[in-house]
Amino acid sequence: MLSNLGSILVFLILGLSLLIIYNAFLDIKNNNQTIKKNIYNLSLFQITFTIMSFFTLLAGFIFSDFSIINVYENSHTTKPLFYKVAGSWGNHEGSLLLWINILVLFSYLFLIFNHKHNKKFRLYTLIFQNFLILGFVIFLILNSNPFSSIFPVPLEGMGLNPILQDPALAIHPPLLYIGFVGCSIYFSAAIASILSEYNGKQFALAIKSWVYISWTFQTLGIIVGSIWAYYELGWGGFWFWDPVENASLLPWFAITALMHSVMVLEKRNTLYEWVIILCLLTFILSVTGTFLVRSGILNSVHTFANDPSRGLYILLFLSLMIFTSVIIFFKERKKESYDFNLNSKETFILTNNWFMIFFLATVLIGTLYPIFLDVLTNAKISVGPPFYNIVIIPLVIPLLFLMTLGPQFGWINSKKERLYKTLYVLVGAITINLFIFYFFENYGFYVNLILITATFLVLHSVLDAKKSFKSKKKFEFSRIISHLGFGLLVFFIGVNHQHSVEIDFNLKTGQKKKLDNYEIYFENVSIEQNKNYKSVIGRFEIIELKNKNIQYLSPEIRIYTNPETLTYEAAIKTRINSDLYLTMSNVSRSDFYNIKFQNKPLMIWVWISAFIIALGGLIQFIQKKNEN
Amino acid sequence: MKINFFKIIIFSFITFFLLVFWLGLKKDNSYNTTNLIGNKISSFQLASIHNSDLISDELLKQNEFTLINIFASWCAPCRLEHKYLIKLANQNRNVKILGINFKDKKNNALNFLNKLGNPYNFVAEDLDGKASILFGTYGVPESILVDKELTIIKKIIGPIGQRQFEEILKLTQ
Amino acid sequence: MKIQKIIIIYFFLLSTLYSDEVNLEVMEIYKNLRCLVCQGQSIADSNSDFALTIKLVVQDQIKEGRTKKEIYDFLISKYGEWIVYQPTLTKDNFFLWFLPYLVLVLGGLIIFFITRKSKHNKAN
Repeated sequence: MLSNLGSILVFLILGLSLLIIYNAFLDIKNNNQTIKKNIYNLSLFQITFTIMSFFTLLAGFIFSDFSIINVYENSHTTKPLFYKVAGSWGNHEGSLLLWINILVLFSYLFLIFNHKHNKKFRLYTLIFQNFLILGFVIFLILNSNPFSSIFPVPLEGMGLNPILQDPALAIHPPLLYIGFVGCSIYFSAAIASILSEYNGKQFALAIKSWVYISWTFQTLGIIVGSIWAYYELGWGGFWFWDPVENASLLPWFAITALMHSVMVLEKRNTLYEWVIILCLLTFILSVTGTFLVRSGILNSVHTFANDPSRGLYILLFLSLMIFTSVIIFFKERKKESYDFNLNSKETFILTNNWFMIFFLATVLIGTLYPIFLDVLTNAKISVGPPFYNIVIIPLVIPLLFLMTLGPQFGWINSKKERLYKTLYVLVGAITINLFIFYFFENYGFYVNLILITATFLVLHSVLDAKKSFKSKKKFEFSRIISHLGFGLLVFFIGVNHQHSVEIDFNLKTGQKKKLDNYEIYFENVSIEQNKNYKSVIGRFEIIELKNKNIQYLSPEIRIYTNPETLTYEAAIKTRINSDLYLTMSNVSRSDFYNIKFQNKPLMIWVWISAFIIALGGLIQFIQKKNEN
Repeated sequence: MKINFFKIIIFSFITFFLLVFWLGLKKDNSYNTTNLIGNKISSFQLASIHNSDLISDELLKQNEFTLINIFASWCAPCRLEHKYLIKLANQNRNVKILGINFKDKKNNALNFLNKLGNPYNFVAEDLDGKASILFGTYGVPESILVDKELTIIKKIIGPIGQRQFEEILKLTQ
Repeated sequence: MKIQKIIIIYFFLLSTLYSDEVNLEVMEIYKNLRCLVCQGQSIADSNSDFALTIKLVVQDQIKEGRTKKEIYDFLISKYGEWIVYQPTLTKDNFFLWFLPYLVLVLGGLIIFFITRKSKHNKAN
């Protein structure tokens, strides 16, 4: 019954999209200033049915209705409630339904929150957003229907994949999708803006909040995904430049560039063309990312189960999107002239965009190159962390420097005097680093530069925060927080990387491993039987030789029966100054265990800094809401 | 819309990208080394599991062709391909078979050969698996066909089936 | 006052660090090698049998005094370019390394011309 209800709702959404598009087109021809009432009503029905359809799927999971194939494949009666719920969006079909929900939600909210804006602009946005909705709903119906049913109804579900039962992984998709899919609204708005010949500044005001929301959630989604990888996947890292990770990073660079350029468009009514291009690019990158992840074209530890027919459909949809938007852009655009002084904030924002596009291009090229090479020459190569680190990290140095400098400049023009203070801060940052260099460590020149520029950004941001508080001018606060977070992030990652200890060795129970600063004693192995898995638990005593500190860590090897999987649970001790990290795996046909021990300094500060970055976006959004 | 050079470039780029994506869908994204033929295998010296002899690449140069087969007594698919190895040993004078006993116990391997028959002209032991890396293999069972100059002419990943068996016969006429 | 506090915390955190490095170079090599039987993992991260064997081979070669490049070349000759995560500089991979910098230079030129044109407009 749920299955039928769900399918009916999906068809209703399809029908409503068509009706909305039709009515909106009619209303555009109408010359009055307000949008017809029935369009609001249709949108309200649309969002209602969409949310209902998602709740229908949720009900299927919560009540274990295995007549729905999707529930059968991805759930199990013994799953905890929280993970039953998360299971609804943790699979391909369910996540598509979530996409559609966000598309429709943003469509509706954009419609009702933009009364002050031009009618044609709002209607065109609605139309193109609904074309997107149409595309996804048709994809859902034809290829990936979460409501397909199965008969006879199985008694138990198949889906108890242990790796997916983790809190961070559970909330990661919704967070990320609000980012990814949230971009759709300003994609549609950009096309609408061209077709309705809307004023640049007004356009900027219309999309600003949406850019902040999608940016904040994209940032949070990426952070939470990294936290999950660190705590769950057992390699002690948090970013692997895996294609699926890159797919989430590409839109992030574009949204960051857009977020900065929108400011210029609003304040100075210039860069209109470029903002439009960025709006189009961002959602195109999101859909490209989805294509890469779900089509099976890439080899990755993260990919969904693969199905080439999905890939074909998404590719078709992507092609339509790209060609339509590019053709409309070329057909209707008007040339702009630029008027930037070198010593203005606008120029610095352009520079930010320059860096963001460079990073974007690098990640895009690195991710796509193996595919292109394979198709064109049949050669297979791998592009991994070394490539990205070598190309990207050096440029982070000038980026940090310019990030500190940029906000000090005013719009249009700046006086030299403002910069003297900045110069003092720079000297302060260099001095601090000289202290570290002298007292603590011998970093290479390169690492020194990274730490200097990061410290520069952090110090200056703190000073700016003080000034902002004093003058009660709160509008700079979000920028300060995010830039501060970024500076801290680079600083902590830099120090963490320099001082991380990672050792790989084999041990038998009862054996000790002596390292320069640690002694690791493999006490014993015990076996425990849990509800749905058997676990082999190793007990290790770690002695930190410098301060005689003793820690106990117990990594596990878990053997699940339903489905049959083997997972390796890392033992992680998170402390304020460093994390201790231990994984253990057995060497087949031997008494030895392969042990990986890591000491990761300042790890928790890395996460805190990352959240501070996102916090800035949240603050900006709240401030804007209060202003309106 | 005016058609100009710039726009043609952009549209060509977009079409090129989408085309490559489409073609990429048809390709297999997993990797195997079956195309790594043409290289020579490096020199090696391994202990035999039967006696105290040493088996080296020099020994292989005396054969027209050698099939190097990575196997282990604990490996289930190895039992499936074993009959093809026996057939090959009986049929073909040109091909000698070198077995590499991968991460195995000598007694278990000898029992395995006693029970299922011994197709191998030589069997070398590879207790820690490092020899398999020398041959560029990464799984078990896996087989490499080399010629007199020790050039790799075929790689078989996984157990030898009927098709691979016939190909080996064809290549070693 | 705030700045002083921050500086003190900074030094405190740093003083709890110490550099320890037994097999930094070995770990770096493990991280640059791709596991052939896994879905997107490096030899450092993989728990597979193949990864364990490769680690033994790499350790042996380091003891023999081989350089990183020699070890990579050795493994590439056995398993192909796919096994290393850092693409080597060959004519096939030239564009991979070249294109990002091309984008960087182009972007810089665009900004240069925009601000230059503005200077002209100001002068006139």
